Amino acid sequence: MVNFAVSSEMRGDVAKIRLSGDLDSSSATLFKDAVAKLAPVPPKTLVLFMRDLNFMASAGLRILIFAKQKLGDQVNIYIVQPQEQILDTLQKTGFDQSVYIVDDDPL
Amino acid sequence: MIDHRIDYYPTHEYQTFRFRRGRPLPFGATMVPNGVNFAIFSSAASSCTLVLFEKGATEPQVEILFPEEFRIGNVFCMIVFDLDYEKLEYGYRLDGPFDPSQGHRFDKSKIVCDPYAKVIDGRDTWLQPPNWDNVYAYRARLAFEDFDWEDDRPLEIPIEDLIIYELHTRSFTNHPSSNVKNPGTYGSLRQKIPYLKDLGINCVELMPIFEFDEWENSRKYEITGELLINYWGYSTVGFFAPKAGYAATGKYGMQVDEVKTMIKDLHKNGIEVILDVVFNHTAEGDHRGQTISFRGIDNRTYYMLTPDGYYLNFSGCGNTLNCNHPVVRNMVLDCLRYWAAEYHIDGFRFDLASILGRDQSGRPLTNPPLLEALAYDPILAKCKLIAEAWDAGGLYQVGSFPAYGRWAEWNGRYRDTIRKFIKGDLGMVGEVSQCIQGSPQLYYQRGPTASINFITCHDGFSLNDLVSYNGKHNELNGEQNSDGANDNNSWNCGYEGETEDLQVNILRHRQIKNFFSILMVSKGVPMVFMGDEMGRTQGGNNNAYCHDSDINWLDWTLVTRKWELLRFAKLMIHFRRAHPVLRSRYHLRNQDYVGSGYADISYHGTQAWTPDWSGGSRVFAFMLCGKHAKQGAVRDDDIYVAMNMYWEALPFSLPPLPPGRRWHVFANTGASAPQDIYPPGQEVPIEDQTRILAGGRSVIILVGR
Repeated sequence: MVNFAVSSEMRGDVAKIRLSGDLDSSSATLFKDAVAKLAPVPPKTLVLFMRDLNFMASAGLRILIFAKQKLGDQVNIYIVQPQEQILDTLQKTGFDQSVYIVDDDPL
Repeated sequence: MIDHRIDYYPTHEYQTFRFRRGRPLPFGATMVPNGVNFAIFSSAASSCTLVLFEKGATEPQVEILFPEEFRIGNVFCMIVFDLDYEKLEYGYRLDGPFDPSQGHRFDKSKIVCDPYAKVIDGRDTWLQPPNWDNVYAYRARLAFEDFDWEDDRPLEIPIEDLIIYELHTRSFTNHPSSNVKNPGTYGSLRQKIPYLKDLGINCVELMPIFEFDEWENSRKYEITGELLINYWGYSTVGFFAPKAGYAATGKYGMQVDEVKTMIKDLHKNGIEVILDVVFNHTAEGDHRGQTISFRGIDNRTYYMLTPDGYYLNFSGCGNTLNCNHPVVRNMVLDCLRYWAAEYHIDGFRFDLASILGRDQSGRPLTNPPLLEALAYDPILAKCKLIAEAWDAGGLYQVGSFPAYGRWAEWNGRYRDTIRKFIKGDLGMVGEVSQCIQGSPQLYYQRGPTASINFITCHDGFSLNDLVSYNGKHNELNGEQNSDGANDNNSWNCGYEGETEDLQVNILRHRQIKNFFSILMVSKGVPMVFMGDEMGRTQGGNNNAYCHDSDINWLDWTLVTRKWELLRFAKLMIHFRRAHPVLRSRYHLRNQDYVGSGYADISYHGTQAWTPDWSGGSRVFAFMLCGKHAKQGAVRDDDIYVAMNMYWEALPFSLPPLPPGRRWHVFANTGASAPQDIYPPGQEVPIEDQTRILAGGRSVIILVGR
């Protein structure tokens, strides 16, 4: 059973995606589908809420990279309240330099 | 859409796995639309089976025999569809003759690793005890090539401007005093970039980061109970894969991203990355070693063998990679191109590089195809190529390594000459004069940038120990102190080992500064060994390959405890960077070709213009004319260096400067801090412009402006 949930909403040019559970290779497709749905009309801002995301494997990181590259350089990506292991992973793999890490919803 | 093309649809099925004939190139496992292309070479296998695992599983998920029609020439190739890239581990079983006398050592009971594996599982966390019963210990995986480099590219710093810092990734930050997150990793190395930048170096040379097994040859030293391991890593398991155990994210399989992030960060801070690569042998050892990869794939092709099938051993490590066999040569090229293109690596230092110039039976070649190919390769064209120009088979090629106008060499003669000179040996002045010019007697055709000048490196004493020990003390290696070099040209300054004797320690500090000074004012490319700038000690161990301990780990408390040495080293490095007259691509001509009235270099002794070349001399001085910097294209200060390796103070009469210019003292190793050295640009004019007194065993550097 996949221990992961994703929900998304779009308001204007802001997309918000909430992630919870474990983001690994078995659940990454759900996240990828949520991002892919945004691609036809890319938002200017993408906010990813990760407070309830307990774990992120390489597969999850790949989807973040996919999101960045698919939606284009113009998109500002915010990651809200990542847990420590996830924040550490983002820093070690350099992805923290491609996003804004914040404590609260920036919008 | 490419994934709708007919050649990306399966034609075969086995146990729910769908596949089709693949493409023979590139070798390795490559993601293609809808699947993965697997291609592997073997000239003598009678069959080949692809073995797939789900990550971490003890038994294979499936074993798919390559149909005979999937072989093109000697390459087995297959596309398998619908694989989970994240969870996939793969290997091969190859069947064929087991006939060592003919060079064949096939064993289909073994699952072997792809020589082109870009990621290898099995040693994901440093020194975590593995499952010794694992049917497949080093598991090939796929690498994702989606890293966001932004605008990063190899820096292409002119080699004459490099100041190289050799370091071991784990040692650099694993000491508790390093005060970093995730010590001993690529990630924590990034946290020390400000230190490296402040030090002034602009290139790190990383000791091996290709995947290796730290458990190889591990044993407990019975006297101390210490576990001795394969710490340095000169024993490659996978040439295309970064060491997972050096990654904080290795346990998550993200070592590729972590390495690239480290490189990107180093580049952002103006620091190049050179990799120490070990193509002279593999981790499979000799005929008693384990079958990991090459032995079970095509032993006769990948290794140099004796006529009766044993392993030639020019590496001293059991086997020798057959580098000038065309297939192996292509693998080396593919590997380095991969690291240059995918990881933005700026250069490579080749361990025991003379092996790369031997033919398939071990004879030295005058025109080695591999070395030529590397020198002219279009992708490697801007990479630094540095050879450790000797091997364990007695082939010593310092000054004669086949260079093709590209290769540089670790100049072992520079090391030996300067060591002897500074410890006070007689008859060294002539050779020292060659060393500071960039060794034209060795590299006349190639220019001074062929000479990588160094005093110490990972092999041998640290700089502190070079001036603290007469002999090696490798007892803790468990080999009765029989390992490690004996010809160290070291001098303990009067006492063996650590001492509280103030005079001895003052002399040792001065000697360290003498080494640093001469290294930084010599033409050629200087290399510094990690921690030498702060007096790191290995307790007299000159072959510390097996210690995962503070014998190797850099103790960061030395930054404050040895602040005087660090300050001196840093300012010497900054001095070199500030003065282009010290850094040249071309040899000095020993003449005035710009009309300055001074030759580009002039030689002196205690009397100006009168060097003492005699066998009884221990003094040497030289002056570089600033108007000859960069062949006259740039104006720099004049620089005068006096070296007195006699034990008493000697006066040196100074060559006069043109009107309007004065001599300023930049460094005087005979003086106490802070008068031993000044920040570049803040040198102090000397009162008597005609002479200066150099203390016993000291170096003085003056700047004329």
